[in-house]
Parts: sequence; structure tokens; C-alpha cells
Amino acid sequence: MTEHLSPPTAGCRSTPVLKERGQREVFCGLTGIIWLHRKMQDAFFLVVGSRTCAHLLQSAAGVMIFAEPRFATAILEESDLAGLNDAHAELDRTVSELLARRPDIRQLFLVGSCPSEVIKLDLGRAAERLTVEHAPRVRVLNYSGSGIETTFTQGEDACLASMVPVLPETQARELLVVGALPDVVEDQMLGLLDAMGVGPVRLLPARHIDNTTAVGPNTQFALVQPFLGDTHAALVRRGATHIAAPFPFGDEGTTAWLSAVAHAFGVSDETFARVTEAPRQRARRAIAQASETLNGKSVFFFPDSQLEIPLARFLARECGMQPVEVGSPYIHDALHGPDLDLLPAGPTISEGQDVDKQLDRCMAARPDLTVCGLGLANPLEAQGLSTKWAIELVFTPVHFYEQAGDLASLFARSIKRRAILEAAE
Amino acid sequence: MKLTVWTYEGPPHVGAMRVATGMKGLHYVLHAPQGDTYADLLFTMIERRDHRPPVTYTTFQARDLGSDTAGLFRTACQDAYDRFKPEAIIVGASCTAELIQDDPGGLAETMGLPVPVIALELPSYQRKENFGADETFFQIVRALAKPMDRTERVTCNILGGTALGFRHRDDIAEITNLLYELGIEVNVTAPMGATPTDITRMGQAHFNVLLYPETGETAARHLERTCGQPYTKIVPIGTAATRAFIEEIRGLSGSTAPIDDHGLRQTWWTRSVDSIYLTGKRVFIFGDATHAMAMAHVARDEMGFEVAGLGCYNREFARPMRALAKEFGLEPLITDDYLEVERAIEAAQPEMIMGTQMERHIGKRLGIPCAVISAPVHVQDFPARYSPVMGFEGANVLFDTLVHPLVMGLEEHLLHMFREDFEFNDAAGPSHHGGHAPKPSEQAQTPVSEPESLTAPASGEVVWLHDAERELKKIPFFVRGKARRNTETFAADQGLAEISVDTLYEAKAHYAR
Repeated sequence: MTEHLSPPTAGCRSTPVLKERGQREVFCGLTGIIWLHRKMQDAFFLVVGSRTCAHLLQSAAGVMIFAEPRFATAILEESDLAGLNDAHAELDRTVSELLARRPDIRQLFLVGSCPSEVIKLDLGRAAERLTVEHAPRVRVLNYSGSGIETTFTQGEDACLASMVPVLPETQARELLVVGALPDVVEDQMLGLLDAMGVGPVRLLPARHIDNTTAVGPNTQFALVQPFLGDTHAALVRRGATHIAAPFPFGDEGTTAWLSAVAHAFGVSDETFARVTEAPRQRARRAIAQASETLNGKSVFFFPDSQLEIPLARFLARECGMQPVEVGSPYIHDALHGPDLDLLPAGPTISEGQDVDKQLDRCMAARPDLTVCGLGLANPLEAQGLSTKWAIELVFTPVHFYEQAGDLASLFARSIKRRAILEAAE
Repeated sequence: MKLTVWTYEGPPHVGAMRVATGMKGLHYVLHAPQGDTYADLLFTMIERRDHRPPVTYTTFQARDLGSDTAGLFRTACQDAYDRFKPEAIIVGASCTAELIQDDPGGLAETMGLPVPVIALELPSYQRKENFGADETFFQIVRALAKPMDRTERVTCNILGGTALGFRHRDDIAEITNLLYELGIEVNVTAPMGATPTDITRMGQAHFNVLLYPETGETAARHLERTCGQPYTKIVPIGTAATRAFIEEIRGLSGSTAPIDDHGLRQTWWTRSVDSIYLTGKRVFIFGDATHAMAMAHVARDEMGFEVAGLGCYNREFARPMRALAKEFGLEPLITDDYLEVERAIEAAQPEMIMGTQMERHIGKRLGIPCAVISAPVHVQDFPARYSPVMGFEGANVLFDTLVHPLVMGLEEHLLHMFREDFEFNDAAGPSHHGGHAPKPSEQAQTPVSEPESLTAPASGEVVWLHDAERELKKIPFFVRGKARRNTETFAADQGLAEISVDTLYEAKAHYAR
């Protein structure tokens, strides 16, 4: 069942990584709140920060902020900076006010920001104190989404890692799937695992706090997102075992991911083939259609979400694209290794960023498609480059078989559009 | 600490970015943590700029904090100069860098860069975006503009236009044309479109035209003091204000050139019989002070609306706002808390809201049409077409903007007459706003057979009797709020505890106009 997954003669795992430091054009981890608050339906995210933090969430969340958001910012004012005792009392007051207004909230995350980290406001202690105060109705946790510590999707990592120490202990042999997925994708995944007889399957994050996510020495966990380094470490500390696998993007990625899980849970080759055959066929057909546009085109990834390596692997192997540079904000060998093994040698693999130098490289290479953030996309389009803005890849269902065609289409659309508009000129 | 879901203004360094991005040949070196670059996308996405904002961020991270963030700042500053070769540099700190106290101004000055380096002190924990823009522009002008001999011909500067300004692009074009018609050349338009070199020759203009007090007033005052340039006090939004502005310009310049206003259609449009149904429509106005105050006059004096509420989110302009509200017989709403705005709108029950992006959402939730008249705005309010709000063409644009969200006259009559038409009724909302139909009122779902005790009092102690409540529902949604309010006020004035059908019609007669 793994015949097509033979790695290329030379993968990228041993490619020397270009490590750069300089100006980084990335989001901070607070941005993770925007999708996490929809996923965890009884959670509220209270950022303790400045007006900048509130403005960031508002700018990134667009109009969604009016759909009864379960996040807010406690904006630090001049008086809060004067004395820290005052700040703790203020925080208690703000939290009580908030919980009175939203009695349906069961988990409250105090999210640290750059200002709160720099003034060393001890949100960990505040969370403990508030947990006692509001027990048993509300559990208060703390993590940092600050820009000085986290980049974009790492906010989810920090959030999930903060939940691991308080998960109930279990001795059961269970599969724990880690990473927030769109509900529809999560259901598809559970369907496939169930059909193979893998179970019970637990999810982190769960949709509600009452769900039975637990962890222990017999837990085996698989990651569906490549940015969960700290959560990985926290689960290992609880005695759980990681199932290393490429990430479930495209037909190959999904198959490899499922195969690793199936192997760990003793699923027979016949069962695996029976369950995956039909969706694999569908995925391949859908990819084939979308990738007509992509075949032979070059692609350049700016660092953003840590999804870059597995996505480059998908585009290179299943859509026939040629990665020029694959930039990632961070590279974890344990997490990204399996995808690096499969990514054919050739592209520059870069970690970190000096955005001006990277733009110089990008302009010199003139790739057919550039995957980048919204601050760079329009300026690059104006220079005649086709771009795919990266944040959409986090907000759109792209994992597993049924989304494989959509995933390829997301990349194809920019190129198609340029072709349509230029043909009409 | 202040619990905040939505904020009308960003932090002050975003204001500084608006100045830097509006200008050319200027570079902003901002000491800020990784992540603060999010602000770039306001310019590249909302305003759709085709270049990166001229801002270099130090993007320090946690591991840098223990060591040498000051060194990081110097490197970033030097790199920015070497790469972009700007005519001048502004340097400053964002909220986090303000806490680590590296003093970007002092650091940059010691570097000996061959161009002017202007330090910005923007107190992030006290002030907001508009202050940041105003202060930045002032510091640039203070550093670069010097008294000079006047130009031979009468010229002026146009002050206040920035990047991400609501309709700044087209307002400046409109007013520039108007000034040319008056025989006045524009010396420098700043910050929008100006280079630091342009700023150095601002002193040669005869006077200044201040279009946006929020972002240009401090600089205008400074130029008045140091260069002896008077500045205009009237913001030319609306026909009357534009005419008054023209008179003000004539006074400052001595120009007697005639103005061709044959393109001004708003005055006839508002007088045509088609517009009669607009008379007395109750509007709630909220936005930045300049736009809100100007629109209050347009709404009352040019459109014939009744201003039912007036306010602004920028406290800096609370005083003139209070004065104007008093003139309108209103208690002004000065707040940056949108929940407070929502409550005020709910209480006022207007037929239309004139506000910002937030008020558009409030309107959607309450089922009240809304026209956007002020920042903050989303991408759709940076239109491709020419759409000033200033000058005569601006008056035309405003007429269309204010009429569009309302139901049309005949539609209004038909809704009165055939309330139970199955596809043309209350719940369907204005026929051209399919997606924005007001939410059905709670009363609409109350079964007819409910006992009287279930008719909820809408406010105070006055109770609506069931028949009266049913009668009220026969009134179309866009005047129902007003009828409900008037009736309750009437009942309270009369000392009535209950509202019957008779009370409803008594009140109608009482308030008849």
C-alpha cells in the first residue's frame, strides 16, 4: 500500500537550510484565536495587550468580529503599567465582568501579548487564581500569542500545549488526533478511521470541554497540522507516543498519514485498501483536473504558517510544480522530516526571514506562483507576479482526500485568473 | 484595563504609517516586535496599494530582548537607509518597544545618517491612530518647513490627506480643481503625495487649506505661527459648506474668479418632488468628528432629514462636537465603545444611520439602513470610481449615497397600503436590499390569540395593549420605531399607564406635521 510513496532519489531532509534573520513579515500568534474560537464552542479568548493587539484581531478577522465573537482584548492603559498589583486586580475585575456577560463560557484563555510579556505580567498565576475563583464552572488557562514568541499558527500550538497538562489521565490505548480542523474535514477523517476499525479516537482541541479527550502512556497521537511542536513535546511529556507521518495534504499525504496510523493500530492491508481505494480515486481525479494549470510551473513560498513544506511536497509530487524556494518560519525535524524526505531535491529550504533579501531572490527567480502574506501579495502582483495569499490555506478546508482537488484549485486559481485577464487585453 | 471587542481607531503608530505611506521619499523605521507588520495589509489590501508601505520594522523576538535590541534598531535603520535611500527618515516605537525604552530617536540621531531623521514620541497607551497621524505630520513639518518668501502667484497648501483616509484621494482632486478655478495654484499637498523636499517649500504658500482637522490641524497651527500662513476653518462637505469655503478662500486669496457650478445636481435633486418623502426622516450620525459634524448640516439643511442622534469617537474633537449638538438640540454621544453606540441607536430608533463600518453592522443587526460617511471603512469604501465627498461633485455623491439605502417613495406608499402583500412587505425589507432585510420583530411572531398580559412594554412603565400593539404592526417598519417612540412619549406625558389604539392615534394626531 505504500509503493507510490517511495521517496525521491534525493529528498530535502539533508539539504542545508538557509537560516536568515532580519525583518520578518509575519502575523503573531494572536491570529490563531480567529479560528480557534470557532472550533472550541465553549471557549473565550481574552487577550491581555494593547490597542495594537485589538486592532490586529479586528483587521485579521474582518467582518466576522460581529458574528458574536468569543474573543476580546483587555487593553492595557497607562495606569496598568504604573504598578503590577493594580494590573492583577484589574484583570480579575475584567474577567468577572466578562463571565457575567457570557455565562455559557466554560474555558477562558488568558492570552499573553508582547506588552504583557515584556512587563512580565504573570498570566499563569492569574489563570490559577481565577480557576479557583470560578471553579468548577469555568476553567481558566493561559498561553502566549505574542509576536516576540510565536508566529501565526504557533498561536494554536501554544494554546493546545497549554491544555495538555490539564487533560485527564487515561491508561486506554487510544488515538489522539491533534490540530484544529474544519468540522467537515474532521468528520471525514473520523469516518475513514472508523471504517478501518481504529478507535476510540480523541480530538485535541475538542469542540466542547465536556468531551472525553484524555492522555496517558498508551495514547498514540498523530498531528494533522505541522505547526504543533510544543504540543508534541507536551504530549510526549505525558507519556504519549507520536506517530510520525507526512501531513494529510493531497492523495499521497492523506494516504501516508492514514497508513502510519493504520500501521500503529494493526489494520490489515486489505482493510486499508478497501477503505481508502474509492476516496483515493476521487482525490486523484480532482487533483488531475486542477493541476493541469499547475504542471511545470515554478512556485516560491514565503514563510508564514509552517504549512509550506508539506504543501510544497504536494505541489511538487502531485501537481508537477517546481518549488524554487520553500520558506518556513520554523523547521522541526521531528514534524517536518517525513515531508522533507518526500520533497524532491532542488529548492532552497529557508528558515526565518530577512524579507527584503527574500524579495530580491523572489524577483530574480520570477516564479510562476508566489505564496505569501497579504502585506506582500498586491505589491508582487503589481510587479507582474501571480500570488496565492497564504492565510487562506489556514482558513479553508484543505486536508484529506475530499479536499485535495480544492487544495490544488486554490493554487491554480491565481494563475488561471492572470491568464484570463491577459488573454482579454 | 478596558475590555474591547471592536476599536474605531488603531494605535498611534498606525497613524504614523498613514502619513509615511501617503508620502513619497520618506521612510519609517519602526521599533516593533514580530507580528506588528500586520498593519501593512491595511494599506495593501483595504487601500489596494501596489507597493509595500515604506516601513521597516525591527521585528524583534523574545530571544533578542536579553541582548541588544538597540543594536537591532541601528542595523534596521542603516539597512533601510542603504536600501531605500529616502530623503528623510522618521523613527519611533510601537507599544511594546515603548516598554523596552530603547529611545529610537536618540539612537538614530547618533548614527550620522546623511538625511534628516525625525523622532516621533507616540504614547501608545494614551493616544490613538488620528493623534499618531496628526503628530507625525506636525513633527515632519516642524523639522523641515521653514519661513520663505511667498510665491509670486497666489498659492496654497492642502493639508491633512493621508493614506487610508476616507475618500482623501478624490477629495484632494476635487478641491485642487476648485482652487484652480479660483485661480489659486496648489503649492504642496501634504502629507498625501508630498516628498520631504516638498515639505521644505511649504513656507512659500500664501495660506493653507485644512481638509482634515483630525490629521492636519497641529501642522496647520504650526505653519500659522512660524510661517504666518492662515488656514481655512471650513470643511467643504455639502453644498452650503462648499460655498462658504469658497467665500473663505476668496477672503484669504482676494480671488474674484467665478465658479462654474453647473455640474452641481444635488440642489435640484433635493428640490425635485421625488425627494419630498425624504422630509423629516430621522437619521443617526456617528463617525469621526469632522465628517459627523459636516454631515449633520448636510442631513438637516440640504436633505431635510431630522437629526435624531449625533456623535463621534475621537475625543480630541469633543468640544466642537458638543457645541454643534447643542445647536441641534441633542445630547452628543462621544465614545469609542461601539456597544454604547448600538444602545444609543436602539434608543433613538432612527430610520437611517450615517456612520462607519461598525454602524453598518449595527444597522444590519437592527434592521436599519445605513450609509457610510466616515472611517474606519472596509475595502468597498475605497472605490475604483471617482467618489469625493467634498466640493460640488462630493455633494452629488452624498445625495446618491444617502438616498440609496432608503426605500423609494412609491414603495413606501405601497407598503403602507398593502401591508400583507405576500412578497412585498415588511419582512422582505427594501426591495433592492434582498440580503439585508431587517430581522422580523419579536412582536411579529406573537400569536394573535395571546392574552393581553403578554404584550411586553417596550420601555418605561407604559404598557401596550394587545390591540394597540397589533395596530402598530400595521405601520411599515421604517416608521414603526418612530411611531412607537412618539406614542410612548405621548402616553408618558399624559400620565397614561396603558396604550390603546386610541392612544396610538391620539399620539399620531399630536405629532402630525
